[in-house]
Order: sequence, then C-alpha cells, then structure tokens
Amino acid sequence: MMRAARHAAPATLPIGSDADLAWVRQQVRQTAAELGFGLVQQTKLVTAASELARNTLVHGGGGQVRIIPLDSGPSRGLRLSFVDTGPGIRDLEQAMTDGYTSGGGLGLGMSGSKRLVHEFEVDTRPGEGTTVTVTAWATAVPPSRPGS
Amino acid sequence: MTGAAGTGPAGGHGFTVPVLQLGDVLLVTLQGELHDGMAEQLQQDVTDRISHTRVTGVVIDISGVEIVDSFLGRVLAEIAAGADLLAARTVLAGMRPAVAITLVELGLTLPGLRTALDVERAMELLGAASRQGEGSP
Ligand SMILES: Nc1ncnc2c1ncn2[C@@H]1O[C@H](COP(=O)(O)OP(=O)(O)OP(=O)(O)O)[C@@H](O)[C@H]1O
Ligand SMILES: [Mg+2]
Repeated sequence: MMRAARHAAPATLPIGSDADLAWVRQQVRQTAAELGFGLVQQTKLVTAASELARNTLVHGGGGQVRIIPLDSGPSRGLRLSFVDTGPGIRDLEQAMTDGYTSGGGLGLGMSGSKRLVHEFEVDTRPGEGTTVTVTAWATAVPPSRPGS
Repeated sequence: MTGAAGTGPAGGHGFTVPVLQLGDVLLVTLQGELHDGMAEQLQQDVTDRISHTRVTGVVIDISGVEIVDSFLGRVLAEIAAGADLLAARTVLAGMRPAVAITLVELGLTLPGLRTALDVERAMELLGAASRQGEGSP
C-alpha cells in the first residue's frame, strides 16, 4: 500500500567530490521512494543520476544538482537538473552516442541515462557550461510525451 | 598493500570492502554505497591479493549493491580482466533483479563476466564447493 507522503520539497545539492555523488544517489532514491516510485523505477533513476552527477564532476569540473519533485498533477514525477559551469559539450550528437568518450570511460553515461528516464534535455554552451535535465514519472506510462 | 591471507580491507573514506580467502577463491563482498575512489582501490587490492595468494577464482558478491553504474561496471570488468591475466576466473554473484534490468537499458552488458544467482552457486561454478564446506547433499 502507498500512503500519501508529506510533500517532498525541492532541494539543491553540491557536486564536488566522490562523497557528494554518494549523497546525491541517496537523496534521489529517498525522494523517488517518497513519491511512490517502484523499486525498478528508483533504481533506473538513481543510476541515471549517478551517471549525470559524475559527468558534472568529472567533465564539468563540479557543480550542483537541483532535485524537483513534481506532484501537483495526477501523476508524480521527479525532475533532476545537473548544472555546471565547465567547458560545455562541443559536439552534443557525438556525446550522446553509445560508446563515445573523451576520457577513459565507457561512453554510456549520456546515452544510457537517456534510456533510463522519460525526458532528457541538454543545454550546453562551449566555454560556459552544461545543464542536463531529466524527468521520470512514477506511473508506468508518462502522462504526455512530446512528438514521437 | 597489506598482509597475505585472511581478511583484508580495501578502500578509504573510513569504509572497507571485506576480501576473504576461502581455499582457492577470493570472496569480495560489496555493500551499500561504494565511492569511486574505493572502487578503484578495490581493483588494485584484489589484483595484488590474487598475485600473492595464487587463488584460481574470485567471487564478487554484489547482492548488497543497490545500483551499478558505468563506473562501477567498468571497475568490475577490469577486476575480471586483471584476474584473467593472473589465471583466475571471476564470477559476479547475487545481482539484484532491478539492477539487472537497469544495466540492460543502460547498455552495460559486462561481456566476459560470468554471473551466478548467489555466492554458493558462484563457488560451485568455480568448482570450489568442496572447499567451502562439507555435507551438501
Ligand atoms: N557536463 C559535461 N561537461 C562537459 N562535457 C561533458 C559533460 N557531460 C558529458 N560530457 C562529454 O560527453 C562525453 C560522453 O559522456 P558519457 O557520460 O556518455 O561518457 P563518459 O563520461 O566519457 O564515460 P562513462 O561511460 O564512464 O560515463 C564525455 O566523454 C564528455 O566529453
Ligand atoms: Mg559519464
């Protein structure tokens, strides 16, 4: 059974170290659980959050994440915005390709996270920084999906 | 690097990863939150331990791990690759169903990593069941 949890409040967490990544994962999981996300949905969202927070740290030189519960309408969701003021992504299409990495990674963080959430948006400017915003809905089917 | 046999810690941040030697097998138990630095330290420790103890198998128990992302996945794959070069086989044991589902969507398939449902089956897979305990039917 699911009881109406107290309204989860938006929060902003720093991303500056390994320990911060662990904290972000914990907070995202807790908030998702409060919003009624199932175990698999929680696991997917926390995994995506771990990938994107690590990108903020490693590629963006650190930044922060904004955790925004969406529970005003009929469906509940969680939006996460990862913000850095690092070098930006010059070729976004390339960065979104499975297996592309500019470092020693597997190149799955961006493309893989996109598959783990319902909405995925990147705003990046060379020399100014990158913001990646993802949204997942607690329902099996997202309430509305733009285009195809 | 630390002593030869028995248990030994790996990692920093005031948190350790137990590495236990059971006959010819090293049992590594991952639990809870693993910081990136700890995962890398673990990789080095396990590789050192294999070369010192000459074990022929490594079981990594991840039943207590809530998420595997591309970083931890890479560390696990590299531990297995390093073990392989030192003539030891690695089995990943006890992956949670939610983690397995997520890994498939993430696109991380961990090729070359053998898996087992739990530690006992992993030990069997390595042909080490008899060393772990007697009296199994
Ligand atoms: N916040 C960011 N700022 C600048 N560049 C970024 C950022 N996020 C991603 N990138 C670029 O996009 C590439 C792809 O990112 P992705 O997360 O998919 O792979 P990776 O981080 O290299 O490896 P991993 O599989 O370990 O995540 C990175 O190598 C990097 O060049
Ligand atoms: Mg990445």
